[in-house]
This record gives sequence, structure tokens and C-alpha cells, in this order.
Amino acid sequence: MTHVLAAAEWGGEFDGVLDDINALFDFPKFIDLGTWFGQDIGINRTIIIAWLMTALVGLLFVIAFRDPKLVPGKLQSALEMVIDFNRQIALDIIGPKGLKFVPMLTTFFVAIFALNIAKITPIFMLPPTGRMAWPLMFAVIAWLIYVGVGIQNQGLGGYFAGIAFPPGVPKALYIILTPIEIVSSLILRPFTLAIRLFANMAAGHILVVITLVTPWIFLSSARGWPIGVFGVVLGPLVFAFELFIIALQAYIFTMLTAVYIDSSMEAHH
Amino acid sequence: MTGSLNVIGYGLATLGPAIGLGMLIGKALESMARQPEAAGMVRTTMFIGIAVVEALALLGFVLAFAL
Repeated sequence: MTHVLAAAEWGGEFDGVLDDINALFDFPKFIDLGTWFGQDIGINRTIIIAWLMTALVGLLFVIAFRDPKLVPGKLQSALEMVIDFNRQIALDIIGPKGLKFVPMLTTFFVAIFALNIAKITPIFMLPPTGRMAWPLMFAVIAWLIYVGVGIQNQGLGGYFAGIAFPPGVPKALYIILTPIEIVSSLILRPFTLAIRLFANMAAGHILVVITLVTPWIFLSSARGWPIGVFGVVLGPLVFAFELFIIALQAYIFTMLTAVYIDSSMEAHH
Repeated sequence: MTGSLNVIGYGLATLGPAIGLGMLIGKALESMARQPEAAGMVRTTMFIGIAVVEALALLGFVLAFAL
């Protein structure tokens, strides 16, 4: 199966031996920048897509809010809806104190949505968030923010003591509870945040590639053409489903960041 | 017959989260139908729950390729 996927992704001219799925995500470098800190650094398709999407989003926001009107135009009111959506997340989950996090949450939402939507954008067809580097970086930023908020609001000792020794529990239970709480609050949270986004995007990319490969292979075959027709019919449905997943993942990442910030705003009761 | 055992592992790993998601969303729908005025709060909490349950299935998906 992976041979077929790789062949389609590489324009049908791939003839190398390939055992793993990485060929769908790992592209050759256009420009090689050499080895930095033990890593091969270069400019490939992923980073170019990420740059283009970032530039596009930046441009949209600059055009919409360069000259804000009291009665907004189409673009301005559309982007105001996005900001209002994030404001509502902050108000619902953190409360009035959460309003100062709205710019950060909006940045997360818009950035993740833009990088995800490259998955179903013609020509791009590759989500940069399907590479672990992007979700991990977002998760590390979210981790720094919610730990920082916790230390700011409860003090260094108070925050970590609150995590390690949740109040209202019999003393003997701390033997089991303390390691679990420390691992879950400080390590598992950012890890699952990153894994969730990454795995959804990687799985979605594979699904989209399979859907697009099916007509390409089967329509020209003498006996298998019904399968190709099936693939053609299925294509729009898969794209719609992926659009739903893209928006949902951006929403879930933003909302979980808000939940984690809320949990470190004040001590457990 | 050739293939990877990882695929079967991933199939098994989806079972638990599938049952969990079914119960979670079913209960959320039930409570939304009973108390439509609390629908917004129930929906937000449901998504948090979905995110936590789904993480298990996604770990299975990643490990199917990673191991």
C-alpha cells in the first residue's frame, strides 16, 4: 500500500524501494542549509507551505484591521467573528480573568487552522501540522504559558505543591497520587496536546491521499473502474469531513489550552 | 499472508475509545435533550471529554507506525 501512496504523492514516477509511510510527509530539500546542532536543516515543501499560509493569514488580518470601521465590512466582520469566538471560549472556561488570554488563544486558533487547512488546499495538499515539529512547538508554548500562569498566581512552591499534593485526599493515598498527578499535569498534558493534533493531521493526510489515489489508479483499469467511480463520488465527502476535523482540532487545542490555564489560575478546592 | 501486526494492534486500540466516545456523546445528547438551556455548557464539557478519550485512540495510531 505504501508503494502506491508514495507513487501517487511523487507524481507517479516514484520507483525507489520504500517501506514506510514517511514518504508522504518527508520531502527532499530544495535548498540544503547544512548541519546545525546535529540536525539536517534545509528548506523543503513543508516549510514553504507553512511560510505561505503564515503570510496569507498575516495579510488577511492586516487588510481587515488596518483601518477598522465601526460598521465593519465583510472581511473585518468575518475576522471579528473569529476573535469573538475565542473571546467566548476564554469567558466560558476561564471567566472574566481570561480576557487577557484572548490574543494568545486567537493566535493558536488561527495559526493551527491555517496550517491544517493546507491539507485540503489544492496545490499544497500537505498539512505542516502533520509533522511533529509544529504541534510540539505549539504544545511547548501552551505548557510554558500555563505553568507560567500557575507560578505567577500561586507562587513557585504553591503551584507545584498544588499539583503534587491535591488537598482533600487521605494522606496515605499521596504515595500513589503524587507521581500520577505530577506526570499527568506536567508531562502528559503537553504530550497529548501535541499528539492529538499531529495524529489527526497525519491520519487525515493519509486518508486524503488514499481518496485521491483511488480514481487515479482504478478509473483507467478495465475491470476496476467502478471502484474509481466510487472514489470520485467519495472525494468531496472526505474533503468535507476533513474540513470538519481541521476546525475541530483547532477548536480543541485552543479550548484545552484555556482549560489548562484555568486549572493553574487558582489552587484546587 | 503478509502484513504488520501493528495494524491489528491499532484495531484493538480503537475499541476502548470507541465505546468511551459512544457513551460520552450519548450521555451528552441525553442531557442536552433534557435540559436544552444547559446545552452550551454540556457541549463544551463534552468536547473536553472527547479530547481526553480520543487521545488514547490517537496514541494507538501513532504507535502503530512508530513501533
